[in-house]
Amino acid sequence: MIMQIYILVLASLLGFEVISKVPTMLHTPLMSGSNAISGIILLGALAIAMQDNGFFGDLMAYLAIFFATINVVGGFFVTDRMLGMFKKKSGR
Amino acid sequence: MNNIFYQIIFLLLAVGLVIGIKLLSSPKTAKFGNALAAFSMALAVIFTLAEGGFNKFMPIMACMGFGSVVGIAWAQRVKMTAMPQLVALLNGFGGLASVLVALSETMRFLSLQADLSLGFAITSWVSIVVGAITLTGSVIAYLKLEELMSTKAIIFFAQRFITILFSLSVLVGLIFIVKNPACIFLFLLTAFISAILGVLLVIPIGGADMPVVISLLNSYSGIAAMAAGFVVESNLLIIAGALVGASGIILTRLMCQAMNRSLINVIFGAFYAKQSILLKSEQKPMREFSPMDAAMFLSTASRVIMVPGYGLAVSQAQRNLRELSDELKAKGVNIFYAIHPVAGRMPGHMNVLLAEADVPYNELYDLDQINSEFENADVCLIVGANDVVNPDSRTNKDSPLYGMPILNADKAKTVIVLKRGKGSGFSGVENPLFTLDNSGLVFGDAKASLVKIIQEVKSI
Repeated sequence: MIMQIYILVLASLLGFEVISKVPTMLHTPLMSGSNAISGIILLGALAIAMQDNGFFGDLMAYLAIFFATINVVGGFFVTDRMLGMFKKKSGR
Repeated sequence: MNNIFYQIIFLLLAVGLVIGIKLLSSPKTAKFGNALAAFSMALAVIFTLAEGGFNKFMPIMACMGFGSVVGIAWAQRVKMTAMPQLVALLNGFGGLASVLVALSETMRFLSLQADLSLGFAITSWVSIVVGAITLTGSVIAYLKLEELMSTKAIIFFAQRFITILFSLSVLVGLIFIVKNPACIFLFLLTAFISAILGVLLVIPIGGADMPVVISLLNSYSGIAAMAAGFVVESNLLIIAGALVGASGIILTRLMCQAMNRSLINVIFGAFYAKQSILLKSEQKPMREFSPMDAAMFLSTASRVIMVPGYGLAVSQAQRNLRELSDELKAKGVNIFYAIHPVAGRMPGHMNVLLAEADVPYNELYDLDQINSEFENADVCLIVGANDVVNPDSRTNKDSPLYGMPILNADKAKTVIVLKRGKGSGFSGVENPLFTLDNSGLVFGDAKASLVKIIQEVKSI
C-alpha cells in the first residue's frame, strides 16, 4: 500500500510538472487528450470482467467497459480531429 | 516470472502516456503526442486481456466494439461548436465507469470474505464518490452547453445549506463504511448521494464558466481512476489517474488565471453575486445598424478589429467572417482578429474555429498583443462575443465579471455588434457596451447578418 502511495505522489508531481507552459490554443486539445487518458479505467473494467463476479458484477463490468471505451476511443479521435485543424497553418 | 514481465510492460506504457501528454503541450508535437498516448493505451488493453488469459473474450470484445463504434461516430460527426459538450459527456462516462468498477470489485470482495481492509474501503469510497460527482456534474455541463437546460447560474432557496448537507453526508458515509465494511448498501447509498451532490455543485455555475468546470471534472475523473487503481491493484491505473488528476488541476488554474478569477469565485461565486445584475432588464436604448450601415463603416475604415465569440460558432459563420475579411482586404482595409483567452466555450475554441475557416494564422492576436490597438481602430466588429468585451468588468464591483481582463472593444471609434436579439446573452449578465454612444447593433443570426453585410460591401 505504501508503495502505491509513493507512486501516487510521484505521478502527481509529474502531472504538475508536465503541464507548465501550454499555449492557450492547445488548452482544449490537451483537455480532450487527458480526458481520453482518464479512460484508463477501461483497464480496471477489463481486469474485473475477466474474473468471476456473479451476474450483477459481470453486468456492471461490461457496462463499465462499454462506457470507458467510448471515453477512450472518442477522446483520442476528437483530439486528433482538433489537432488536424492546426496542421495547415502552424508556426507564426 | 510472468508477473514481472507484465509489470515492466505496464511501466513502459505508463511512460508512453506521460510522454504523450508532455508532447501534447507543444504545437509541433501535439499530434504525435496524442497518437503515442493512444497507441500506449491500445497496447495496455491488449496486455491486460493477455494477463487475464483472454477470459470471457467474446462479451468483452462485443462491449469494446460497440463502445468504439459509438466513440468514433461521435468524434467524427460532432460539429466543432458542440465539441466542448462532447468532451464533457465523454468525461462523465469515465466517471461512471469508475463507479461501476469500484462497486463491482467491492461486491466481489464481500462475497469472498466478510471484511474489507481499511485501505480498500477508503479507496473504494473515493472512487465511487469522485466518479459519481464527475458523472452527474459532467451531464449537467453537457446539458448547459447544449442549451437543453437553463444556462444561467441556478440558485434556489437554502441551496448553500442543502449542498453542505449532502457534502457532509458523503463524509459521514465514509465513517459508516469504515465501521461496517461488509455492507454493500452503504456503498450504493454513497454513490447515490454523490450523484446528487454532483448536480448541486454544477447547476449554480453559469454557462460561460463551463470550460473551467469541464477542466475540473476532467481532473476529477483522473482522481476517480487513480483511486480505482488502488481498488483493483493496478499501478498503471494509479499512475495514469494521478497524471490526469494533477495535470487537470494545473490546466484549470491556467484557465482561471486567464479570466483573472479565482477557482473559488467560479465554483461558488453565484451564491454571492448581486441578484440585481443578473435580473435587471435593459433600460437604455440600443442603436440599431442596418447591414448597409455596417458595410459603410467597415469599407471606409483603415483598421478593423474582429472580435469573434461563441455566437460565431453557434451560427457556423466562421467562413462568412473570413469572406467578409477578404472583401475588406481587397478594399485596402487592415484586418486583425482579437482572440480573448476564454472566448467561445473552451480556450483555443476560437483558434480552432477560425483555422477551420482558413483564416491565416498571423491575423490572430491574443489579448496582450491587441488590447492597446483598439483605440487606433476605426471599427471593431463583434461577432457573437459578449462577456469578453463587457466594460463593467473594469469598473463595476457588483458585476460577476469584475476583475476579468477584457478586450478594449469600447475604445474603437465605432463598435458594430452582431447579436441575435436584445436579451442578455448566455451568462445573463448585462453589457453596457451595447448602449454606448459609439455602438450599434445589427440584429439577427450572425451568419445571416454577415451574408447581408458582404453583399453590401461588394456593392460599394
